[in-house]
Amino acid sequence: MKALLPIALFAATGAAAAGYRLPDEQPVALPPGPDAELTAGACSACHSIDYVTSQPRSKGAQFWNDSVAKMVKVYGAPIEPEDAARIAAYLAATYGAAPADAGKR
Amino acid sequence: LPTAAWARAGEGRLILPFDNGERALVRYPQKRPLIRLTARPPQLETPMAVFNEGPVTPNDAFFVRYHLADLPLDIDARQFKLTVGGHVDRVLSLSLPELKRDFPVQEIVAVNQCSGNGRGFFEPRVGGGQLGNGAMGNARWRGVPLRALLDRAGVRTGARQVTFNGLDNPQADGIPDFIKALDIDHARDGEVMVAWAMNGADLPFLNGYPLRLVVPGHYGTYWVKHLNEITVVDAAYDGYWMKTAYRIPDNDCACVTPGGKPDKTRSITRLNVRSFLTSHAPGAQVAAGRPVALSGIAFDGGAGIARVDISADGGQSWQEAALGEDLGRYSFRAWHLSRSLPPGRHRIQIRATSRSGEVQPVEPRWQPAGYMRNVIETVEIVAA
Ligand code: HEC
Repeated sequence: MKALLPIALFAATGAAAAGYRLPDEQPVALPPGPDAELTAGACSACHSIDYVTSQPRSKGAQFWNDSVAKMVKVYGAPIEPEDAARIAAYLAATYGAAPADAGKR
Repeated sequence: LPTAAWARAGEGRLILPFDNGERALVRYPQKRPLIRLTARPPQLETPMAVFNEGPVTPNDAFFVRYHLADLPLDIDARQFKLTVGGHVDRVLSLSLPELKRDFPVQEIVAVNQCSGNGRGFFEPRVGGGQLGNGAMGNARWRGVPLRALLDRAGVRTGARQVTFNGLDNPQADGIPDFIKALDIDHARDGEVMVAWAMNGADLPFLNGYPLRLVVPGHYGTYWVKHLNEITVVDAAYDGYWMKTAYRIPDNDCACVTPGGKPDKTRSITRLNVRSFLTSHAPGAQVAAGRPVALSGIAFDGGAGIARVDISADGGQSWQEAALGEDLGRYSFRAWHLSRSLPPGRHRIQIRATSRSGEVQPVEPRWQPAGYMRNVIETVEIVAA
């Protein structure tokens, strides 16, 4: 791999090649739960886990089932159906039931 | 200057005013600290206070949105080529010096706004990037009209659309490449352009260095970054990012009942009319009974801003603001209004009207993907 030089150097010299350096990705731990590690691994393979942690709270099981299904169907996430179900259940439990679901209980 | 921050959560953190809205402020190369939504790929939002610096957004504060995580971090400007091919008489392969030398150069000031800007405020909440209102920016773009490139290549009869691809790639096999399309007439309207500079400098890497598409009046999804492949096609392009993603309800309001689903959709296109207060953050304290200088920005999809009205009583009475310099119909338009406020809490509302008569709605319109928010914004400030 080519060495990446700071942008400032290129700006200063006017050189034509640019190497861009992204800041290191900070590890983000998911809240503890039975399948936290499974989820963190599967859901940070293609993008940072903040895609998951920044989603709205209290969206319930349907929201997380749909999200995981979309990753598998639309983006080809290599997640076995059994794991997908566990991940969705972990996320729904961790991030809260939808008000509508809660009312049904 | 107002003392209240746009909600702070300690050093390097900030809270966007919706549930689960805590974000880190992070500094990337060529950028000042911006609100980070995601790290890989980077999605960075502009803090609202930046929009008070003037109607042109500084390059180092301009928002960043990527879909795909395999970024072209090692672009060599000397090797870089832009190709124009497909349904044309001659395929062009242009170096950057050729592009800058052999075609007419044009400049336009235009707003680039993410389709999902303000998604975090949707109620009921929807999935996707949970943005505040900072996924927008206004810049002076310099480049070549796309029409000049298409004319040089010679568009063949039967051409229907033009597709645009950049150097960023999917990080996994199953993820569709990010390719966008415009109808041939739109692509040849003389305003769509291939830009290499914003605000007099090279595009920052994260805003598409060395070239990006500029589609004035249209949502950012079309403004393909690191653009290197332009292809004329003789059918409607049906790739994922056109056919399945970036769809809106196919009706007049581009909206459905909150929580509902549209029965028909179409591709998102033009920006709707919006306006913001930028001089005061929510909760800002001002002196009661003395003139307060309120100011902000307004913009739309290209008709231009006709007027901006301000209410300090929750929308019962409105007062017309003065408009700032006109930088073109695709640009942010600054507005100003000086008025004094009695002691107490005041819900300041900002309502823009475009030259085509489009007015911001009083009630938010809702759609499942969380695009096109443009409700009249309300900022509560305190006079004491
Ligand atoms: C094979 C790749 C891949 C894997 C694995 C993956 N994702 Fe994604 N995910 C994507 C892509 C691509 C996007 C769209 C990125 C964009 O547009 O910014 C995305 C976006 C998202 C979003 C934002 C909403 C949306 O639909 O754009 C959420 C939430 C999300 N992923 C959750 C998950 C969860 C939960 C998992 C684990 C079960 C997961 N992802 C695993 C590829 C993947």
